Amino acid sequence: MKTAEMTFKVLSAELVEEIRAIMGRYPKPRSAILGALHRVQETLGWLPAEAQTEVAAIFDVSPAEVESLVTFYYMYHRRPVGRYVLKVCRSISCYLRGSDDLRCHLQRQLGIQRGQTTPDGQFTLLEGECLAGCVHAPILQVNDHFVETCTPEKADALLDELRSGKSQFPPMPEPWKP
Amino acid sequence: MKEQTQILFKHRDVKDIGTMEVYLQHGGYEGLKKCLKEHKPDEVIELVKASGLRGRGGAGFPTGMKWSFVPKNPGKPKYLCVNCDESEPGTCKDRELVERQPHQLLEGIAICCYAVGIQQAYLYIRGEMLEGALCLERAIREANQKGFLGRDILGSGFDLEVILHRGAGAYICGEESALLSSLEGGRGFPRLKPPFPAVSGLYACPTVINNVETLSTLPHILVNGAEWYAGFGTEKSKGTRVFCLSGHVKKPGNYEMELTSTMRDLIEGCGGGILDDRELKAIIPGGASAPMLTREHLDIGLDFESIAAAGSMAGSGAVVVMHQDTCMVGAILRIMEFFEEESCGKCTPCREGTKWMRDVLLRIHQGHGRREDLDLLLSVCGNLAGKSFCPLGDA
Repeated sequence: MKTAEMTFKVLSAELVEEIRAIMGRYPKPRSAILGALHRVQETLGWLPAEAQTEVAAIFDVSPAEVESLVTFYYMYHRRPVGRYVLKVCRSISCYLRGSDDLRCHLQRQLGIQRGQTTPDGQFTLLEGECLAGCVHAPILQVNDHFVETCTPEKADALLDELRSGKSQFPPMPEPWKP
Repeated sequence: MKEQTQILFKHRDVKDIGTMEVYLQHGGYEGLKKCLKEHKPDEVIELVKASGLRGRGGAGFPTGMKWSFVPKNPGKPKYLCVNCDESEPGTCKDRELVERQPHQLLEGIAICCYAVGIQQAYLYIRGEMLEGALCLERAIREANQKGFLGRDILGSGFDLEVILHRGAGAYICGEESALLSSLEGGRGFPRLKPPFPAVSGLYACPTVINNVETLSTLPHILVNGAEWYAGFGTEKSKGTRVFCLSGHVKKPGNYEMELTSTMRDLIEGCGGGILDDRELKAIIPGGASAPMLTREHLDIGLDFESIAAAGSMAGSGAVVVMHQDTCMVGAILRIMEFFEEESCGKCTPCREGTKWMRDVLLRIHQGHGRREDLDLLLSVCGNLAGKSFCPLGDA
C-alpha cells in the first residue's frame, strides 16, 4: 500500500513526509528506518507499539521487524520516559572515577532506582555503557547532551537547574498517550 | 620525556576551527586541492600505501592496501562508510575529532573517495553523539556550499555526496560488518567474512570502511607527502596516533603521540602520573578488549608491535590506568558486564559464554568464589575464542 493511501492515527502527516524524505537519501529505503524511529521518538517522547506499527507500514515490513530494532538498540524507549532522561555511564573509565557513587547519589536524590521515572514525570534515571567521554569521567548525559566530570555536587546543581525550567538542555516532549 | 607530536591536533585549540571560515584560514582543504590537481586516483592509493598509514579504529590494517582491494570497475556503485561508532570503553578520541574538527574529517573523506572512485559516503555516527552529529551536519552543509563536496568538486569532474547516518546505541555496530547490517536497516549482526566488504559490503557493493582518525590523517599526508609521514614512528608503525588516556591519572585527556613514544611518556609525561601519587597497578593499553599490562610495562613503546610483544594489543589507543586501590576482580567484572550487555546475541558461544563468565566473576566478587571457578572461566574462554562470527567473543 502506498503511503498516500494509508491512514495514520499516531504519526502526523508532516512526520510521515519527513520520514519519506529521509528514505530518499538511500538507494534502499530500509536504511532510513533507524533515522525514522529517532524522529518518531523525538516527537512522541517514546516509541509506543501503535507508532511502531505505523512505521512498519511505511517501510512495508512487519511490526515484528520494527520491534526487533526497538529492542536491539539502546536509545529507543519502549515505555514512556521523563522529560529529562539522565544516563550515567557505567563503563570502566567512569567506574574508576566514581560513576557508581554518582548513580547512587542520583537514586537517593530522585527517590528512584535505575530504570525508573520519578512520579512527577520529570526524570528518568538510566545507566549506559561507554558514552565516549572517558577523559572527562564520570559522564552523565541529559537527553543525549554531555555533562562532563559530573560529581554529585555538579549533579545537584544540574537537577536544580532542570527543575527551574531554565536549563540549556531541551526537555523531551510530553510522552504520547493513546 | 617525549611530548605530544601534533599533526591532527595541530589546530585543535584554535577558536572555531570547526567552522569553514577558520578552517580555511589554517590551511583547510589544501590537501584536497593538491590531491585533485596533482594526482590521479591510483597515485593517491600508492601515496597512502607509501605513507605507512594503518587503520586507527583498532585493527591497524594498512589503509592503502585496504583501498587497493576494491575492484576498479565492478559495474556497481562503490561506497565509503565512515566508522564513527566509537563505543570501546576507554575511547573518546573520535568524538573529539568530530566535535572540534569536522572539516578535517570531511577533507579526508573526499580524498579517500577520490582515490577509490566512490561517489557516496555514509558517515555512521553513534546515536549518543548528538553534539557531534550537529557539528558534522553543519560542516557538511558548509562544505557543499563551498564546493568541497557535491558535484564536480573544484572543477575536477569528481562528484561526492556525504550522508550523515545516526546509529541508535549498540557497541557491536563499530564492527565493520555489523555496521553494514545496521546501515542497511537491521539489527547490528556481524557477517561471515569472506566476502570482505571491499568486494561485497554495503548493499552487496564494494565498500571501504575507515575510522574517523584514519581519514582525518589524509589531508596532512597529501599536503606534506608520504615520505614526511613515514618519517614519524617506527619501522612498522608509522606516524602518530591519538591516545585516549583515562582512569587513575592526574590529567586524563586525548594526546597525540609519535609512535616512537613509550607508555611512560603518555602516562607520566602527558598524564601527569598516577592520581593522588598512588602506585600504578594495571594498564589497559588498547580499550576494554585488550589484555591488561602492569607496572613493568611502563617503558614499552606505544607502537602496535611493542604492545603485541608484551602480550596485549594496541587496539583503539585507549589507555586506561588503574592504581593500587583498584579491586581487579571488580574492574574485570565491570568490563565483562559490558561485553555481556553488548553481545548481539547471534552466536551461541558469545551470547551464552559472556553471560556465564559474568555470573562466575560476580560470584567471585561477592566472596563466594570457588577454586574451580578459575578453571571454569578458562574453559568458557576456550569455548568462546574464535568460535563466533566476530571478535567480540574473543575480547
